[in-house]
Amino acid sequence: MNTKNLMYILKRVALAALTVWVVITVTFFVMRAVPGGPFMAEKAVSEAAQAALEAKYGLDKPVMEQYFTYLKDIVTKLDFGPSIKLRGRMVIDVIADGMKTSVKLGLIAAFIALGSGIVLGAVAALRRNKLIDKIIMVITTAFVSMPSFIMGTLLLILFTIHWQIFPANGSTAEGLVLPIITLSLYPMAYITRLTRSSMLDVLGQDYIRTARAKGVSPAKVIFGHALKNSLIPVITYFGPMLAYIVTGSLVVEQIFAVPGIGRAFVSSITNRDYPLIMGTTIVLACLIVLMNLVSDILYKVVDPRITLE
Amino acid sequence: MKKKIFSMHVDVEDFLPASEEEKAYMVQMRPSTTFFKDGMKRLLKNKIAALSMFLIIVISLASIFLPYFWPYKYDKMLGNTPGKPMDPSYNNLAPFEYGETEQEKIAAGEKVFPHIFGTDSQGRDYFIRVVYGTRISLSVGFFASIIVLIIGMTVGSLAGYIGGKVDIIIMRIVDIIYSLPDTLMVILLASVMKVTLGPALEGTVLEKLGSNMISLFIVFGLLYWVSMARLIRGQILSLREQEYVLAARATGAKAGWIIRKHLLPNCISVVIISTALQIPSAIFTESYLSFLGLGVNAPMPSLGSLASDALNGYTTYAYRLIIPAVVISLIVLSLNLFGDGLRDAFDPKLKN
Repeated sequence: MNTKNLMYILKRVALAALTVWVVITVTFFVMRAVPGGPFMAEKAVSEAAQAALEAKYGLDKPVMEQYFTYLKDIVTKLDFGPSIKLRGRMVIDVIADGMKTSVKLGLIAAFIALGSGIVLGAVAALRRNKLIDKIIMVITTAFVSMPSFIMGTLLLILFTIHWQIFPANGSTAEGLVLPIITLSLYPMAYITRLTRSSMLDVLGQDYIRTARAKGVSPAKVIFGHALKNSLIPVITYFGPMLAYIVTGSLVVEQIFAVPGIGRAFVSSITNRDYPLIMGTTIVLACLIVLMNLVSDILYKVVDPRITLE
Repeated sequence: MKKKIFSMHVDVEDFLPASEEEKAYMVQMRPSTTFFKDGMKRLLKNKIAALSMFLIIVISLASIFLPYFWPYKYDKMLGNTPGKPMDPSYNNLAPFEYGETEQEKIAAGEKVFPHIFGTDSQGRDYFIRVVYGTRISLSVGFFASIIVLIIGMTVGSLAGYIGGKVDIIIMRIVDIIYSLPDTLMVILLASVMKVTLGPALEGTVLEKLGSNMISLFIVFGLLYWVSMARLIRGQILSLREQEYVLAARATGAKAGWIIRKHLLPNCISVVIISTALQIPSAIFTESYLSFLGLGVNAPMPSLGSLASDALNGYTTYAYRLIIPAVVISLIVLSLNLFGDGLRDAFDPKLKN
């Protein structure tokens, strides 16, 4: 690794750190801008009780002091404070609980999307303009145009009510099948299209023709030469895919009643549980920023032809 | 006269005026075409894009004009007549069913306009709600894209043309906003602005639009302009090195003039294409927010909020979920295909 690459990576890391800081700051001040503070929604609280509550959550101090305490607590001990509506629970515990299910859900969905997307894309590219290519393209175009909540509810109607194959409750293992499928369909369709176009691009390259001309077997040309190179653009999709899965899980967990972080986030919005909203936003945002960083760096490292600026 | 080889003499015949017959060769047989006409021809040749364009036009016209002469209003609860108790027979009608008083009218020989998609749980005609929801979704998509276009174009062209420190600062800001997880930020801002904007809007013209819709536009204005700005900056950067810009500057043209008259018209096709592709993504975001309860204010429907309302009774009234779902998918699909068609037809650089 030369200094130029190192500089690029350092720059990207700095940008990611800056982004995380912006997210925390924006989240903090946006939440403080809510008129009346987080206790407005409560039923008529006496002034003394209100003051006691504010003192308990540190809301009586100057805003800047609150901000620096909040920032320090997050950085030093990952402490997002207590939840307001879920009595006696810390935000970080709620997040950790939700993550257990959501990470499983997201990872399986990502692997399914990657595996099937690459295979379908490669098949479509190798059988270009044949029937199978057209079928794959029509289906993926349809999937890309369908919002996740619609996909989810349609699957819910078909599989849990019409055919009654899967339970509608996502807290069991069988119940996770439909949410996983829902989450993986859009990235799968996207990866299929991405792989197809980059594979077509690679198949037209001179070195593929050279390999064929010198008698390399078709299988080896496809797997040894073409596929490897056509997967490079797919790496750039890792970050956006994670972002999609995170935001998609917000509605998908809602639809299938999965006890994950997405559902906790949505209910924290309806409950106006501000510390929980802030904590979840920050954690999820960090996750997405980190994944974007990794896929960006990986992309440049994997392909030495790509020059780093 | 025989011409000598290597002679420097010019052939006089070469300088005779051309005859009518020779002139006819040079006449162009087809009328000259403009960039726009050329692109339209290519666009209409692309069957999928032409069909999508047709669909979009039909859906837009229907959503704009149908509510004017449809006999039912989107927020009218049909069971409610002033001075009478609520008539529950109007709630949850199946398609082409009628409420009790309507059945009496039909029995008396009067004609009653059918409820094509039935009514919802509050006795509102579902067909007109879907039409109205389509109108809201389409206009959110359209206006959000316009906002993105205006902000992105201004910032991008300034950064690209001025360059130097201004460019560096603007592009750093763009980088940071670009790497923010947009949907999370949208949810965060929308959920807060829903509370903050409501009281501030009371009594103004904007109140009818609803705080959620305004916050949606603000969020779009804040977050989504960056890719447009990047795109335009890139275009301007390559265009401003062209000779005609140098010529314009040499004749004393000012920056604003050069940007407006020389640079922007030359990147207009890229701008139109990416605006066209922005509309479906805005519709997507709006329906997503509506589904989470952060979209348009009730009783105004949007396709996303219709789907989300229908989720409560999906076991018995699945069609109420499927109808808005199909409409959203159809709109987004045809807008995407149309955008792709536009790109193929109007961006000669991408043609190969």
